[in-house]
Parts: sequence; C-alpha cells; structure tokens
Amino acid sequence: MPWTKVPIDKSEFENTLGKEGLRGRSYRQALLEAQTQLLESDPSVFVIGEGVDDAGGVFGSTLGLAQKFGKERVLDIPIAENGLTGIAVGAAICGMRPVFVHMRMDFLPMCMDQLVNHAAKWRYMTGGRLNVPLVARSIAGRGWGSAAQHSQALHGLFNHIPGLKIALPATPYDAKGLLISAVRDGNPVLFCEHRWLYDFTGYVPEEMYTVPLGQAVTRRKGGDVTIIALSLMVYEAVKAASALEAEGIDAEVIDPRTLVPLDEAALLESVKKTGRVIIADTGVKTGGASAEIAAVIAEKGFEFLKAPALRVGSPDSPVPASPELEKLYYPGANEIAKAARALCGKK
Amino acid sequence: MTAADSRAVRLELLRLMLKIRVFEEKIVSVYPAQDMKTPVHLYIGQEAIAAGVCANLRAEDYVFSTHRNHGHYLAKGANLDGIVAELYGKTGGCSKGKGGSMHLVDTDAGCMGTSAIVGGSLALGTGAALAIKMRGENRLSAIFFGDGAADEGTFQESLNFAALKKLPVLFVCENNFYATNSPQSARHSVPEIYKRAEAFGIPAAHPDGNDADAVYEAASIAAAHIRAGNGPYFLQCDTYRWKGHVGPDCDFEKGCRPRAELDKWLERCPVKTYQARLLKSGGITEQELAQMRARITAEVEAAWDFAKKSPYPGPRELLTDVYK
Ligand SMILES: Cc1ncc(C[n+]2csc(CCOP(=O)(O)OP(=O)(O)O)c2C)c(N)n1
Ligand SMILES: [Mg+2]
Repeated sequence: MPWTKVPIDKSEFENTLGKEGLRGRSYRQALLEAQTQLLESDPSVFVIGEGVDDAGGVFGSTLGLAQKFGKERVLDIPIAENGLTGIAVGAAICGMRPVFVHMRMDFLPMCMDQLVNHAAKWRYMTGGRLNVPLVARSIAGRGWGSAAQHSQALHGLFNHIPGLKIALPATPYDAKGLLISAVRDGNPVLFCEHRWLYDFTGYVPEEMYTVPLGQAVTRRKGGDVTIIALSLMVYEAVKAASALEAEGIDAEVIDPRTLVPLDEAALLESVKKTGRVIIADTGVKTGGASAEIAAVIAEKGFEFLKAPALRVGSPDSPVPASPELEKLYYPGANEIAKAARALCGKK
Repeated sequence: MTAADSRAVRLELLRLMLKIRVFEEKIVSVYPAQDMKTPVHLYIGQEAIAAGVCANLRAEDYVFSTHRNHGHYLAKGANLDGIVAELYGKTGGCSKGKGGSMHLVDTDAGCMGTSAIVGGSLALGTGAALAIKMRGENRLSAIFFGDGAADEGTFQESLNFAALKKLPVLFVCENNFYATNSPQSARHSVPEIYKRAEAFGIPAAHPDGNDADAVYEAASIAAAHIRAGNGPYFLQCDTYRWKGHVGPDCDFEKGCRPRAELDKWLERCPVKTYQARLLKSGGITEQELAQMRARITAEVEAAWDFAKKSPYPGPRELLTDVYK
C-alpha cells in the first residue's frame, strides 16, 4: 500500500511511488496541508503558538496560514507556555479546537500543569460533561549541538497520564491523517513530531483523510523478529531490516503511530508470529515508551517470547552537545540490527 | 438612583447570601458524621462577593472557580441537588461523583468547572473569553480566585493576555488575606493586588468584599465595561474566611490566626449586616425574612434528601469519562 511505505529519501519516493503518478509531499507540507484544510473546514479550529505567523512558520509547517486565515485564527502569543496552554484548554472546554504549536518538545514541561492537571482531567473531573479538544503539536530536535534543552523526545513522560493521547507520526501520510484525526478527536492529543522527518517525502493525497488513532501499521513484513519502532526510528528500523535481510534475518517492522491509544493487538499479533521483539524509540529507555511497550508484551505475550524483549533507545543522560558524544547518544539502524542478531542467535 | 437601590436586587443579594450561608452551615453540621468524604473549603464569611458578582451575570455567562467554589456556583444558579450529591460521591452528582467538592460543574448554568490547582482557573477562564471573542458571542467569562492565586504565574500570564486581546473577562480576586495558613504579608511585596491589574492596563476596583451592595455596584460597572467590548475588568474584594482553610472547624484553636482578627471580621458578617440594612430601610420585613430563610432551608434539605437517595457509582464508572 502506498500509504504504508517509508521511502528513505526524496529520490527513493521519486523513483518508486512518484513514477506511478502518486502525489509526493514532505512531512512539513503534509502538516501545513492538514492545518490548512482544518482551518478551511471548521470555524472552531485555530492555530496558536510562538511564531506561528512569522517568516519561518515553525520550520515551514505553519507558513502562510496567518496570511490566509488572519491573525485572529493563527495567533502569535507571549512567551508564556503554561498560561497560554491553559487559555487554549479553556477555549477548548467552550467548544473551540485549538492546535497549539511548540517549536521544541522541550517546552512542554513548561505547560506540565495545564496539560497534566487540567487538559487530561477536565473530562473525568466533570463526569464527562465537558471535554478538551486540544492538540499540542511539538517537535523533537536532534543534532548540531542543540544539546540538553533543545533535543528532547519527551513523549514517554506523558504516557503516564491517563486522559492524554499521544501521536507520533513517522511519515508524511500519517502526519496529515493523524493530525486531522487528532483535531477531530475531542480529547487532548500530544502530537509529537520529529525535526529530522520534516524533509522526508512520501505519498500524501490531496483530499482530507484521517488515520485513526490507535491503529498500528506494518512497515515491513517478516517472520524472524518484530521491530516495534516509533517516529524517526521507523526509518532506522527499515534500514536495519534491509541489512538483516542480507544476513538471512527476516525482520517485521511495526509502527504503532500512536502511543495512546496503543494498538496492543497488532503488536502482540506480530510477536506471536516471530517470538522475538525489539522496541526502538527516539527517547531514553528508562521509564519511557519502549519500557511501557516491553511491559505490555511481558504481561500479555510472555508465552510467545523465545528470547527477552530488547529496547533500543538513548542512554540515561541529558542530550550532549559535542558531535562525538551525540553519535554515542543516538542509536540507529546499526544498534537495531545488532539487537536483532543477538535475539536471533547470530553474531 | 443606582441599580443596587432597587428592592428586587437587594432581595436577590440577600437571598443568594443566605442560600450560601445555610448550605455551608448544613455541611458544618453533617460533616462530623464522616459520610461526606470530600475535603470542603467553606465560603462562610465571604458570601457578599459571590452574591454581588453573580447578581450581575446572565445564565449564558461563564463562571470559573477554585477549590473554594460552593458559593460561586450556588450564586450562579448551579443545580443544588447535583452539588450535594457530588459532595457525597453519588451518581446524581454534577460530576457523577468523580469530582468531589473541589470539582463542581453545571454547564446549563455556565459553570464550566473548577480547578483545585491554585491559579489554574485563571487561564481556563481567560481561554473561555477567547472562545467568546472568536465566535463573536454576547457573554462574558467571570473568574473567581484567591489572593494566593495572584502569586502564580498563570495570574500574570492570564491578565496580560486578556488585556492584550481585550477579552471579555471579569477577574474577581477574593482577598481573604490567607493562602492556607500563610498570611498575605508573607507573600506579597505590594498588598494592593489590583495595582498589578492596572499595570497590565486593566481597569480595576477595590470594593468592600463584605458589603454586597458595594460588590454589586462595582461588578455592575465592570460587567457593563466588559459587555460594551472594552476588554477585561478586575475586582479586588477584601474579605475574611471564618472557618479553617479546609474542613468545618475553626483554625484559631490551633493557633493558625489571631483570635482578635476573627472577632473583628465576625462583627462585619456580610449576611447579618445586610439583613439589618434591609430591615432598617424597609426593604424586607421580619416575616418576609423568616419566609425566605424557610424556603432556602427547605430547598437545601430537599437537596440533601436527593443526595442521600442517589446511588454510589458502580465499577463500570471508574473507567468511563477518561476519554471522549
Ligand atoms: C498549585 C498549587 N499549589 C498549592 C496548593 C495547595 N493549596 C490549596 S489552596 C491553597 C491556598 C490558596 O489560597 P487562595 O488562593 O488565597 O485561596 P483561599 O483558599 O484563600 O480561598 C494552597 C496553597 C494547590 N492546591 N495548588
Ligand atoms: Mg486566600
């Protein structure tokens, strides 16, 4: 299926799906298109965040929206993330559908109170009388010495909070389809993007379509080992799978696409088939998304396992600046392949 | 002749204050039985503020509040049965027993929920006003909060944004001079909280928070300003809470506050002084007052009956309403 494909770069898309006449768009264009169509089709949608109307347009993902829809619906804001998140939550309680944009995921801890204590709980605390249709977009950075406060992938932190949903689109197709679903969902959704995905090109239909929250997708079929990969790690997993193929290891790559809700059935189904599992995440391993997925498999799929579940993620340190340390900090296709070899009893 | 001089308004102010007082005193009387398993932050002593402000609000106006919310929601006309059942954790509760005393709601009355995170509702109420403005609606958003909430970042963030965008918000700061046991003097470099609003360009008034007429007058000027599209308005109403920060007891025995301070404020009881004022001016007769009190007591008793009869939520309820 064209929408499950993960072309590693633009030329791969152009040489494959592009040749078939399919429409190719970058991740950033997909995000921009989703927001454009949402703003066009639903007067309750607005986009709010620092610099959403400026010349950079949040790495191009909001470029031109303010010109098209006006500054009343595409709002630049004071540098006051918690208060403004609360303001967006208040508007959402009263029926608006704000899309709050953070240039960096590192700024989410500034709004911990409003996300964790208010957005996540308003529906429950009011016995379901009110709900909070808020989407908080944020972008995980990486590289160029951006260091500890501008490179974090913190989605795992919010996995612990019932009431929040968490989406991690890896492809342009999912970036658009998941964002439209998230805005229409009616619950607070953390929409976790990755800066390195912004230039990736893939198949993106022009019409408004949705990708359901809570539905994993198989990026590659295989029978020997399951690699559950999130966000940028989907590409690393696909690269690892190609390398492993040459060695006679047939890896299956599954992309959960949303951490909450988690498509447990799809993950367990694959593990049942392969008996081996690696969870590859962009965040740190400890207490994170990979830990939670491993726990789910241990609880519900233990009898399928021929070997222990392995995690591939970052070590327990803040993100370093030096390029040499960065290399050590970020695992990729090599580390995933190494884990697969260990699981499959090959060196 | 000002609006507060009209007899109907005065009777309404008295009725609202009495309703709150009777309701809160009922809690005090039943609380020792320990079957109301929720922390209660009583409003006794502060009734003039909820009454004076809410008498200026319309059904469609929004109200946001805090842990100390009973008075605000009663005055705004939230359903009494739902509130009492909520305090008892019953399915008939306004939040189906999932919120408790600190999380009341009644969307039909514009009561959009209350946050027990100090300062939280300031941002939510400001956001509600943003929604009002974006949709071009004819309503306002009133936010009640304490002097303690003025310490929080959300206070400055919300005031600035409301002023910047000229949002239809009425900020009502109830300065009872304490945040739990911490006196205002230990927390504020400048005691006039309203001056901070003025620094953001928000017009402010500082009415006597124990005088329902004074609060009503100030709130009516504020509401007119907001409804005319002029942006937010800020009221600082000084008052005093009679009971401990939480629970039905007095905290003076424990040495939390000086006894003489309480005695001074007891003299200025907002309900008693207002009753006396109306009786003296002929606004109400002794007999009418007794009737009013009896009607309110009957209403409150009926709500207690409803709550007692309402069932507790079953196991299925635990996991519903987490997500839409
Ligand atoms: C963020 C946060 N910090 C601390 C508390 C604990 N707390 C509950 S009420 C309160 C005092 C609030 O004082 P004020 O805003 O003046 O309201 P009052 O209780 O006097 O009505 C505190 C500190 C809390 N609920 N939330
Ligand atoms: Mg106080």
